[in-house]
Amino acid sequence: MSKVPAELRFLKSHEWARLEADGTVTVGISDHAQQALGDLVFVEVPEPGRRVVAGEACAVVESVKAASDVYSPVNGEIVAGNAALGGQPELINQEPYGSGWIMRVRPEDKSQFAAMLDAKAYEAALAAETH
Amino acid sequence: MPFIPHTADDIREMLATIGVPDVEALFDEIPQALRSDALASIPPALTEMEVGRLMSERAARDGRPLNFIGAGAYEHHVPAAVWAIVTRGEFYSAYTPYQAEASQGTLQLLYEFQSMMTSLTGMQVSNASLYDGASAVAEACLMAVRANRRSKSARILLPAALNPTYREVLAAIAGNQDLRFETLPYDARGGCTTAASLEKYRGEDITAMVIQQPNFFGTLEEVDALTDFAHTAGMLVIAVVNPTSLALLKPPGEWGVKGVDIVCGEGQPLGIPLSSGGPYFGFMTTRMEHVRQMPGRIVGRTVDLDGKPGYTLTLQAREQHIRRSKATSNICTNQGLLVTAGTIYMALLGAQGLASVAASCMERSAQLVDALTRIPGVRLAFDRPRFHEAVLLLDRPVAPVLEALAARGIVGGYDLATHYPALGPALLTCATETRAPAEIDAYARALGEVLKSAAAA
Repeated sequence: MSKVPAELRFLKSHEWARLEADGTVTVGISDHAQQALGDLVFVEVPEPGRRVVAGEACAVVESVKAASDVYSPVNGEIVAGNAALGGQPELINQEPYGSGWIMRVRPEDKSQFAAMLDAKAYEAALAAETH
Repeated sequence: MPFIPHTADDIREMLATIGVPDVEALFDEIPQALRSDALASIPPALTEMEVGRLMSERAARDGRPLNFIGAGAYEHHVPAAVWAIVTRGEFYSAYTPYQAEASQGTLQLLYEFQSMMTSLTGMQVSNASLYDGASAVAEACLMAVRANRRSKSARILLPAALNPTYREVLAAIAGNQDLRFETLPYDARGGCTTAASLEKYRGEDITAMVIQQPNFFGTLEEVDALTDFAHTAGMLVIAVVNPTSLALLKPPGEWGVKGVDIVCGEGQPLGIPLSSGGPYFGFMTTRMEHVRQMPGRIVGRTVDLDGKPGYTLTLQAREQHIRRSKATSNICTNQGLLVTAGTIYMALLGAQGLASVAASCMERSAQLVDALTRIPGVRLAFDRPRFHEAVLLLDRPVAPVLEALAARGIVGGYDLATHYPALGPALLTCATETRAPAEIDAYARALGEVLKSAAAA
């Protein structure tokens, strides 16, 4: 059973997001997603300064069996990509909700964050997916 | 032997199982308007004997003219051993096999090919080949747009002296993918692209610049200056090269301060016979930092559980069978059989052999230019150094002159009137190591006579 921390928000496409004290949103992929992908071998993180819209593919996570896009949950500007993933893509497998974060976005509109799934709704979506 | 494993009985049984009356019914969702019946312009089938006779007759009509045309495909001596080895059963396949790892010999050969190409181009990683030179250039431009993440414009600078057929293929493949191409003029005296012509792009967002070396005119470009200018301006640099020439010229990996980012080109000069434009093969090499943006198959070397060396396809997650519409390319495969020939050609010649082919080409081409420019009414168009082709300016239209030469069994070169009308009557002509001095003299004599007789007429 994969972990779904109660304090985070989620997308059905398996991104998680956390609203930080400075108003930015940190984004990563869920524990479920990293389990499904298997051992990650490469992560392409976005360049700071890039403008993105909700649903836009911003990063790529590549495992030995697949390469998947990571979508931004909000409109805004990329403020950081996790440079540590360049040398250690396995951080996503080890700590998907911690050191395996992928990017930070400064949202234009926090209501898009508020509209994301909460942990309970994401768990329900996962349950529906497996049945 | 037919390669269709199921019999009429099998087909009947399968149709009965899924409850469909006949095979035609499987296609009933395709509207009638979109379906074609017989192919009207395809003539009735011929037997092998009839096809053989037809082809012999047509080949006899072509004769065996003395060839001085290059323009992107080059006549080289191919040692007899090359195709004798290629057509052995172990190699004789056009394709990367499915279940690739079961074919260790094929993978090892592709790995050797990649090693040779990285060494020849001075780069770190090669793919297992592409369709041909033109599609390799198009793929390189698309790759540059993915790889240059600082650039947002998808604008690419193309020299006017880039092979015009490559530019047409680029427009066809990349033109519908929001790439914009801008043309860099060539210097009227040197026949090369100058760094000065780039000044107007200083400070603009340009994704990449293409440099062809030697360019379509056979002229050597100022590759160091061009590469450094492009890199300073934040562009990636795509080198389009003739592999034979690399045995003598500086490899693109060493152009300028940093070396180029992507190298591609036409592999035909490496052991592939001229054959009405193909099939040939394209090649592409790059730096490790861009490997995940490179299209095509890549073979890697590894060890198995017992520690024995083995070969495997690698970095497949970016390919179309896994990434589907988001793959690095959906129109790439490799040219297995032709790459096999290219690899065997390079292995037989060795580095020294290839260098001596390149040196002979330069020597014969220089002799050709000397001999032809002594004829009144013929002069050299450009004064920059060349590899094995040159543009000659005539004092009258080129096409009738080429026709008169053809009547004497000589293919004199490529008429530049269609693609470069601004040059006036201009002939692109080439001599490789296959042209003996006596043949060069024969061409010069014939051209002299043709020009004199036409002048008298």
